[in-house]
Amino acid sequence: MEHKLIFKDYNEALKQNKLLGLKCQSCGTITVPPKMVCRQCASPDMEVIELKGSGKIKTFTTVFVASEGREDEVPYTIVMVELDDGPWIMGNLEGIDPATATMELIGKKVRMGHKVFPGDKYSAGEGARPLFSLVGG
Amino acid sequence: MKKVAVVGVGETNFSGPQEKTEVELFAEAAMEAITESNLKPKDIKALFVGNVLGDFAEGQGMVQAFAAENIGCLYVPANRYEGACASASMAIRDAFIWVASGYYDIVLAGGVERAATMGTGLATRTFAMFSDARYEYPSGITFPAVFAMLTHLYADTYKIPLQKLREQMARVSIQSYRHGSVNPRAQFYGKNADMSVEKVLGSFMVSSPLTLHDCCPFSDGAAAVVLASEEVARKLTKKPVYLTGTGQSSTGPLGNQSDYLPRIRAREISSQRAYEMAGVKPQDIDLCELHDCFSIASLIAAESLGFFDYGTAGEAWEKGEADIGGKVAVNPSGGLKSKGHPIGATGAGQVYEVVRQLRGEVEPERQVPDAKIGMTDTLGGDGGTLVNMIFERGW
Repeated sequence: MEHKLIFKDYNEALKQNKLLGLKCQSCGTITVPPKMVCRQCASPDMEVIELKGSGKIKTFTTVFVASEGREDEVPYTIVMVELDDGPWIMGNLEGIDPATATMELIGKKVRMGHKVFPGDKYSAGEGARPLFSLVGG
Repeated sequence: MKKVAVVGVGETNFSGPQEKTEVELFAEAAMEAITESNLKPKDIKALFVGNVLGDFAEGQGMVQAFAAENIGCLYVPANRYEGACASASMAIRDAFIWVASGYYDIVLAGGVERAATMGTGLATRTFAMFSDARYEYPSGITFPAVFAMLTHLYADTYKIPLQKLREQMARVSIQSYRHGSVNPRAQFYGKNADMSVEKVLGSFMVSSPLTLHDCCPFSDGAAAVVLASEEVARKLTKKPVYLTGTGQSSTGPLGNQSDYLPRIRAREISSQRAYEMAGVKPQDIDLCELHDCFSIASLIAAESLGFFDYGTAGEAWEKGEADIGGKVAVNPSGGLKSKGHPIGATGAGQVYEVVRQLRGEVEPERQVPDAKIGMTDTLGGDGGTLVNMIFERGW
């Protein structure tokens, strides 16, 4: 059985600031990032849809100790965002001072752009991630 | 299904970078376990080894076959297990199943790692391989970052002011340092016994709000245990420790666990299976070696294992309820925080501690009085692999 949406196509869309997900034709749940079956009911009967990419911050951290090869990026803030469509996705937050990120970020509304990680010798190529910014911020 | 006992345990020091190879480290732990079991290497029917990053640490794959040959376990089946930080527990659980089935009567299981040898940059990069490489790593996720995000989520979910939560988490590290300081095989043996809340909060920030003292170290080390059927065990030792319950569970990327976070659902399922198999309840557990890779991880684990209500584990640590003499003695070895965390060996190190506690063999300062039932809890990735095991005195 083939996937309805694979990483390659998800990634290409994200690079155009389009967030693709899968809507279950059995239970209506939206799954993102993509996988073979619905995250709620495990049905493979899903259709590709474009999500708005808007949501609110559920949690965050600012990273000060980086992986090998990413030392120049620190400090940076990672967020888990609950999309208006339901799922949580991981991304980065821009437009704030990472060193002063506080609990006040939780619950704040965000909109989505993207940023590409160019890849390293272990990653089998590049990968885009959502780059969020505060709505009205 | 046959009853299965631990008949011998062995362990190297857990430490910073060691000069010995992974084969050498595992062989030393394995021979200690075999010798303690009153067995010879030729008695071992199969050998199961947890090893996560040997390929990166020293360019060595298939370490289990070389280790088996090194100690004279010739031509036996030798399997490697990779479930990130839960690898050795997976190996021991599978060894249990093989012995319980009657297919083998004696199996050696354990693990080895040289995470400290890799250095912080490569270790941080490779540990991040146990998050989702496509959908999480591009954001720059690191292992501390996963648990840092769980800390903020925990504070928000249970409405605990972050500063108060951080002080409770500091108590977790302080307790672990105290126990590890009197464990001769611990990475921080003789160190950090005088740690204070102020020092924990004031050490350098790794991933907000986790400081250095909220995080376990990178470690080198190995540990191994010998499992045998009840029939064989009774001939080998007067103090068999029976493995009476196990559970294992898996799940996907952190975001897909959103229905339960900051609870780790895979742990709840894994531990419930272990409790059911053993026929015991959380309040029956005298001591638990649980997966305290970060201070917040102890609170989350102790709640999911059923020792304390959700959102209250921090208070339990403050009151000493998770210490020796409390409701359940958590990490009398010093845990990952102070004993150390050589990831492929960690679960076997936990079993080593529980077995010696049940036998009453550890240093008096950290011996849990009259311990009869002990438990291990090992987490791989950000909840991706969970293994729980319950052990009971057989005499």
